[in-house]
Amino acid sequence: MSNEPQRGNNFDHWLDSYAARANTLSVSEVRALFAVVSRPEVVSLAGGMPYVAALPRELLEASFENMMSERGNFALQYGGGQGDLRLRDQIREVMALEGIHASVEDIVITTGSQQGLDLLGGLFLDAGDVVLAESPSYVGALGIFRHYEAHVEHLHTDEAGLDPDALEASIKQLRGEGRRIKFLYLVPNFGNPSGVTLTEERRHRIVEICRREHILILEDNPYGLLYFNEAPPVAMRSYEEDCVIYLGSFSKILAPGLRVGYVLAPPAIRDKLVLANESALLSPSTFTQMLISEYLEKSDWKGQIDTFRGVYRERRDAALGAMQEYLPHLQTTRPDGGFYLWVTLPEGIDSKAMLPLAVTELVAYTPGTAFFANGGGRENLRISFCYPTPENINLGIKRLATVINRQTELLETFGAI
Amino acid sequence: MIPGAQRDAQLRILVLSGGISHERDISLKSGRRVADALTDAGAHVILREPDENLFDNIAQDQPDVIWPTLHGASGEDGALREILALTGVPFVGATADGARLAWDKSIAKVLVARAGIQTPQSITLPKDTFRELDAEGVLNQVSKHMAFPVVVKPARSGSAQGVTIVDEAAHLSRAMIDAYVYCDVAIIEKYVAGTELAVTVINEGAGPIALPAVEIEPTSGKFGYDERVVAGETNYYVPARLDQSVLEKAAKLAIQVHEELGMRHLSRVDLIVDENGVPWFLETNIAPGLTETSLTPQSIAATGASLPQVYLSLAEAAKLGRG
Repeated sequence: MSNEPQRGNNFDHWLDSYAARANTLSVSEVRALFAVVSRPEVVSLAGGMPYVAALPRELLEASFENMMSERGNFALQYGGGQGDLRLRDQIREVMALEGIHASVEDIVITTGSQQGLDLLGGLFLDAGDVVLAESPSYVGALGIFRHYEAHVEHLHTDEAGLDPDALEASIKQLRGEGRRIKFLYLVPNFGNPSGVTLTEERRHRIVEICRREHILILEDNPYGLLYFNEAPPVAMRSYEEDCVIYLGSFSKILAPGLRVGYVLAPPAIRDKLVLANESALLSPSTFTQMLISEYLEKSDWKGQIDTFRGVYRERRDAALGAMQEYLPHLQTTRPDGGFYLWVTLPEGIDSKAMLPLAVTELVAYTPGTAFFANGGGRENLRISFCYPTPENINLGIKRLATVINRQTELLETFGAI
Repeated sequence: MIPGAQRDAQLRILVLSGGISHERDISLKSGRRVADALTDAGAHVILREPDENLFDNIAQDQPDVIWPTLHGASGEDGALREILALTGVPFVGATADGARLAWDKSIAKVLVARAGIQTPQSITLPKDTFRELDAEGVLNQVSKHMAFPVVVKPARSGSAQGVTIVDEAAHLSRAMIDAYVYCDVAIIEKYVAGTELAVTVINEGAGPIALPAVEIEPTSGKFGYDERVVAGETNYYVPARLDQSVLEKAAKLAIQVHEELGMRHLSRVDLIVDENGVPWFLETNIAPGLTETSLTPQSIAATGASLPQVYLSLAEAAKLGRG
């Protein structure tokens, strides 16, 4: 037995060796759920997993065969840090659907748009810098901003998206306090987790404000093509090239397992992104880039997006129908695209504390607290309708109602509501 | 290993992990670690999840011993152990009765108190009490009876979920609500300030022994669920930084609790040592975490013993009906 008491963090003998920023890493509230939701009995309304089963396997199999026979040696080799030229050219066609016209030179391929965000964080954020964000905001982005020790300031957001008046007021206040604002981070279309879409009028005002105030907008748009009725307003990047950095992804319109996203940035920033990408990865996966390129070349990818829209529309309808049937008194957003409903619970119910109870009732969701950097969101939860079948969505929300009603009864017992 | 016992050429051990609880992930990790260690020790190990095929799998696998590593109600409330007992295959850890009694902290406290072990004064109240009687009136009575601060916790739950330290009567209502989220019965316990210890007790067949105590020092002053799962929130010390005489008292208490509650081969007793060096029993863990960062493997490592050999000895003791 050792005579010297050990000091440790989770018995980590290297505790004193870590960089200070390692302390910014924490367990995602979503991650702990992954183990539970893998059980078939549990209806997961938690993770935002695309329904890849709606992607005919033969489409990718044919792409794979073509790629290997025509460019196999290149696909298995290192590539450039900016990404495959043919794919970048094809991405222009994808972005054109959102109103964006850009040069292949300004596109950088990344390992999912998440890595694009990380590269941008590394390039721009010093400790204490401020990132402005919606309320609520994407959990994956918050993790990156936290890792770079930035302060996230959540701004008032409603059914029309981020409020430009709140943006102006916040900039004024923060600058008055001597704070340095680096980004405005937005998921303007069918936001994660809110499902809300930023209106066209607000987009123009926000661009105008950020241009005037010299603040970069990170326009993160993984869901824009997954609309159910009408396409959302065109991307902000389509009318503002200098202060908008646009992030796109193949995770939702094709498959997340391929891990391919892209960043469209002003030339000077793009140069730095390429260098940062080379430094981090040497090159993004040539194999998956060329596979996607082949898919875009030979398949009816727009038709496939239509198929995805139909699948998710049906599931959105199932989710809203079940909310109306089992939890009609709760407020929920009504997204016209994307993957998520944002639900407001009766006052006093804590979505994070309620989660273990929900799991025992065989339903999982994501607590609202995951989407705030400031501890907010306890009264909210996110329902993902993208992955479960409509029948399971109904069952999951029915189970959720049992849990919420039990909590409501408990609060009533103690006169808390 | 039991002195003089003949070690089997290759013990067949079925390790069960997973289950449906918020601790599923920890259980899966514990199961994999136990399976790896037992394999390293030379056992033939099958790692499975208890599901609708459990009986068929046991019939097919024909294990000599089963090691359940499920946490939370699915593994610790005695139900799974009752089922395992029906199969006739010996298993590691508490009996079904022992698990049932220890899983409910209010019952465990009564039993250990009757055995003369110190445990903080407490009141146990089912949720229905507040519904049937006037909630405010009940809370007022509790507040008069108990000196603050108090600890409010669910009677049956793990990982410190739903646990609140309440400094004043005004906050008691919210703490009760938070506890009832996890269980229909809650305990209001006198708060004992001091040093928190976790003492693992094992029985390899020759009688229970207490392993070096782990001292838990939450940087926030509280060892709740977040502190348990978020890196950087807690410092651990093993052996604990207390006088040897105090540690011996803590070890004695842990062994007493282990035997009193029928924990057999393995348990982890959580206790607190007050400023006078007196250990107080808080709760027993029927299926302590066995991941690489869990307290029990760290205690075993602190003895200098081989983790695989200790695990194998526990499995052998179970097979021989010892412990």
